Amino acid sequence: MDAVDVAFTEAAVGAGISTVLMLGTLALTARSERSSSRSSFVPLLAVLVTGAALVYGTLDMPSFGQSDAPAQTHVGPDYLERIPHEVGVPNAVTAILASYRGYDTLGETAVVFAAGIGVLMLISGLRTRRRKEEDDPDTGGSA
Amino acid sequence: MDSGTLDFIVGHLNYWLFILLMMTGLYIVVAKGNLVKKIVGLNIFQTSVFMLYISIGKVTGGTAPIFPLDMKVDPDVVYSNPLPHVLILTAIVVGIATTSLGLALIIRIREEYHTIEEDQIAEVENAVLKSEQWASEQAAGEHS
Repeated sequence: MDAVDVAFTEAAVGAGISTVLMLGTLALTARSERSSSRSSFVPLLAVLVTGAALVYGTLDMPSFGQSDAPAQTHVGPDYLERIPHEVGVPNAVTAILASYRGYDTLGETAVVFAAGIGVLMLISGLRTRRRKEEDDPDTGGSA
Repeated sequence: MDSGTLDFIVGHLNYWLFILLMMTGLYIVVAKGNLVKKIVGLNIFQTSVFMLYISIGKVTGGTAPIFPLDMKVDPDVVYSNPLPHVLILTAIVVGIATTSLGLALIIRIREEYHTIEEDQIAEVENAVLKSEQWASEQAAGEHS
């Protein structure tokens, strides 16, 4: 679907980093799942109803690749027209990301920074707490 | 089946496949009790939204929105819409940030509750609640 930048990012982030994070979490927590006793009928029903509503919603959507779809007639072509003489970066995605939507990207890095601090605060001292627990199982254990 | 119906089905098949993927993710989030599996389901859900956006940006006969190096754009060349790509690039990075935060929360939950199963966490919570109630009743009994 012509989205080379997204493909690269998703390959690096989705297949690489999130796999590492998942495996790390599994290594730090439990490896096996306890079989659940709950019935799966209600979730299945909810999912089927939601899916049917969404399929009903797509009936008015433009066909795949339609060139006169609303998404292709307003802002998108305007960007493609402006970028060669306003920004001068060959890759239109890079030009929009870093120039027209620069503040958005700045906010995104702020979000990643905040998430990184959150993760550090949540799991920092994990090893020391765990060691304390091993030394003194009566007081160092759970609340 | 006439060709109009067939065109409609082929043109909308992408949406239906993404809905299928999205509902798979939603089912995992709702039905599974394991917290790590819930995060996996959330990621699948998220990926389906990414693919929906990218498919909206596609123009038939279009190519990737990268201009020639000398910036002499041939007006006959059709480019796909770059705006959904940009939005989804941002969403991917924010998505991995939220995923990592969720996984860190799971690690902390496991540390406190010694389990990552939803039902067992509820059991521990109920036990704690009951013992607190019992303690407060005892205290009230002593005062009267």
